[in-house]
Amino acid sequence: MCPSVIQVDVIIPTQTKYLDLIGSIGERIAKELDNFTGDREALAYQLNLVLTEATVNAIKHGNDNHPQDTVRISIHLFEQELNIKVYDHGQGFDLATVPAPDFEHPKESGMGIFLIRSLMDSVTYTRQQDCNVLEIIKYLK
Amino acid sequence: MNLNLEKISDISVLTINEERIDAHNSGELKEYLLQMIERGEKHIVVQLAHVRFIDSSGLGALLSGNKNIIAKSGKFALSNIQQQVMSMFELTRLNRVFEIYTDLNDAVKTET
Repeated sequence: MCPSVIQVDVIIPTQTKYLDLIGSIGERIAKELDNFTGDREALAYQLNLVLTEATVNAIKHGNDNHPQDTVRISIHLFEQELNIKVYDHGQGFDLATVPAPDFEHPKESGMGIFLIRSLMDSVTYTRQQDCNVLEIIKYLK
Repeated sequence: MNLNLEKISDISVLTINEERIDAHNSGELKEYLLQMIERGEKHIVVQLAHVRFIDSSGLGALLSGNKNIIAKSGKFALSNIQQQVMSMFELTRLNRVFEIYTDLNDAVKTET
């Protein structure tokens, strides 16, 4: 793959007050995409949302016994692809078992992964040596 | 969270003076709505004109308010939703669950 045009690496404490910061980075990146022909405002919102949901997910699945724990978010922008990786140090979960929402009887929680899947092109969650990685890809047309 | 509550006729209009509702402040919104309902408010309109971003936990907080007031035979509505925020309601099909008005005046006029 070609080298990335932009790479942003952020490490935050597992605290929700940093969600705005992380989401804002996504929104700003959407505005830097010179060749993107789609709806830029919609993409800006979507990246804000996806980064927010993915970071919340990592905070939730982080290790409760270690309040000093951190979440690392790595964003790579390539010519035709945006790649987001969110690393957590918790127990992890099985992405395949996350149920689709019941639209007839909506619940107050559990929509995060559904939103990420709906708005992005590829979502995987894998165990690495000492952490879990939620990898999200959006193809840019 | 910066919230403003006013009474228009018999309706409690809750204006959210925040640009962003996410997992950091949605718990506070949920709690505030629950307290309003416990106090006996029967008719709530949440005004979202200032909100330019909502995440799944924010939608959940509004859904909680909606469910809890309906359980007490009350009414819950949303007004002045910005376009991108509206797209979240559409994606989650919650636009079919909530009573939604373009404008606060419409909400007050229709609901009274």
